Amino acid sequence: MAETNPAMAEAAAPSSSATGGMSAQRARAIAFMTNRHHLSWLETIPWVLAIAAYFIFPDRMTFGTQTLIMVLFALSLDLILGFAGIVTLGHAAFFGVGAYTVALLASRYGWGEPITALLASAAAAAVVGFASGWLLLRYRGLSLLVLTLSTTIMLQEIGNLFPTITGGYDGIPGLQISPLFGVFQYDLYSHTNYLYCLAVLFVLFFMVRRIVNSPFGEALAGIRENVARMHAIGSPVHGRLVAVYTIAAAIAGVAGALFAQTNAYVTLGVFDFENSAGVMVMLALGGAGRLYGAFAGAVIYMVLQDYLAKMSPAFWQFGIGLLLVFTVMFARRGLFGVLEDARRLLRRGTP
Amino acid sequence: MSLSPTLNIAVSILFDGLAYAMFLFIVSVGLSVTMGLMGFVNLAHGAFAMAGGYIVLSATRAWGVPFFLSLLVAFFIVGAVSVVFERVLYSKLYKATELDQVLLTIGLAFMAIATFTYIYGPIPQSIHLPEYLNGQINVGFRTFPVYRAFLIVVGAALIAVLWYGFERTNIGAKIRAAVDNRRMAQSIGINVDRLFTLTFAVGSGLAAIGGGLSIPLLGLSPSFAIIYLVFFLLVVAVGGLGSFKGTLVAAIVLGIFDTGGKYLYADAGGFFIYAVAVLILLVKPAGLYGRD
Repeated sequence: MAETNPAMAEAAAPSSSATGGMSAQRARAIAFMTNRHHLSWLETIPWVLAIAAYFIFPDRMTFGTQTLIMVLFALSLDLILGFAGIVTLGHAAFFGVGAYTVALLASRYGWGEPITALLASAAAAAVVGFASGWLLLRYRGLSLLVLTLSTTIMLQEIGNLFPTITGGYDGIPGLQISPLFGVFQYDLYSHTNYLYCLAVLFVLFFMVRRIVNSPFGEALAGIRENVARMHAIGSPVHGRLVAVYTIAAAIAGVAGALFAQTNAYVTLGVFDFENSAGVMVMLALGGAGRLYGAFAGAVIYMVLQDYLAKMSPAFWQFGIGLLLVFTVMFARRGLFGVLEDARRLLRRGTP
Repeated sequence: MSLSPTLNIAVSILFDGLAYAMFLFIVSVGLSVTMGLMGFVNLAHGAFAMAGGYIVLSATRAWGVPFFLSLLVAFFIVGAVSVVFERVLYSKLYKATELDQVLLTIGLAFMAIATFTYIYGPIPQSIHLPEYLNGQINVGFRTFPVYRAFLIVVGAALIAVLWYGFERTNIGAKIRAAVDNRRMAQSIGINVDRLFTLTFAVGSGLAAIGGGLSIPLLGLSPSFAIIYLVFFLLVVAVGGLGSFKGTLVAAIVLGIFDTGGKYLYADAGGFFIYAVAVLILLVKPAGLYGRD
């Protein structure tokens, strides 16, 4: 397993000369394996920035809340796309299931308590994730793309079939969400929402971080890099893929639930292809497979959308398309990939 | 003389379904062959069809080109432009991951949608058809809309031409060889890259014709590029990558199921095509005529 890890090989790459280099390489590899899950001070940056944003832009908290939700959504996709290498065009399905769980609980059963609704959404999305993952993850390539895409559209069509329950394409407006812990009211400027989403993101982020640094996470990287070899060493590939898909679905469901709670309405538009594509774009902009790429990508995406869409929706769509083409052509590993390359160049310049 | 109501509906479904299938086939066949050749996931294919539609629209409206000729104009313009995209962008990504190909082509599709929204606006457009394509034909026991009949005839003609090109010409044999085994084809001296550029251009041009032909049926708005892309992907996946016959069978099956679903269960109409496609793919992941 250790030999197949690409990050490790990269960390060990500079010294590959004679026999003395071999033991240095081993030592560095061992150090990488034992230290890679240690927290670095750099990792506080996004959280400090997020808290700073709360004080610097008190009137932009509605936007901030939506950005945090998208970070969480992109993080859930990173788990399956960046770490397990599953390319899906239907991740919006789980976001949508989470959002509709909150909406249906609140509108039909008067269940507006946010935290338990969040857990219910995670459970509902996990069930859908487990079922669809168990069925679909044995396929690859175009079949998998088409199957995930079709599943999402079928969920949307089912929602549209029962307009008395789901409100059809008009959605469910005016959800009654209870105050958080029975105390914190939702204010017009989304201050409560922002902190609520930030706290949820924080908890789930460290859960995801723990998962990808576990042996299970290593097995996922192995599957991404070389499925045949993982099969050969007896790794239960399908089971692991289904497990991570279910976890990612649950997290995407929480993101959808937060979306429904903070907007107090939901429409079938959450299942749109644009939503599945959008989250993939965010991850690509930031850089997949490195956790913090989700932060950078979602923020870039949301800020650009905010600026360009104000001018014209066509500008926004053109801009994001162009940015995507540039990312793929010149910065294939996203913003964080560019930063890593820059750091390596600087290091080489100053020995 | 007239038909019983049930039979009448069945005939309508078959007829409309076949017309719709022709549209699906004409657009999808290029996508299937290019994906089969290079394994390239091209999500911008719907954008080529959409561009073709707008060229037909502008040609007939502004320049007064006859409808039939405007389809040819769209074929050549989109085919030529697609070669530029293929050489400048796509060719750099043949060895890249599926994800990168997906992202690049989604980006291109977004840019195309934005550009056409900027020029033509987001509102669906309709086209003014020549007189001989409007109205109904009476065939004795019932009438059929002329335009759909025309679509079936054009589709059948294109199928015949493509089938001849694919199965009976030297170039067709080379394409089939390259789809079967790309490295082997290269090693016996077939220039697969050039072959790919050619099929890509023809495939995109056909998509443009399909886009133009679909306007009277579906209307045309920039979002066509994404909405119908899903159907083209379904046809390609269900038919099997690179299979001419598979694409045709898949287009007919999905076209008739989709039309039938919408006729019989208006509310659940959109559901059928996906359900059928997913069921087929679950049983045959490589598609009806694809190789595992």
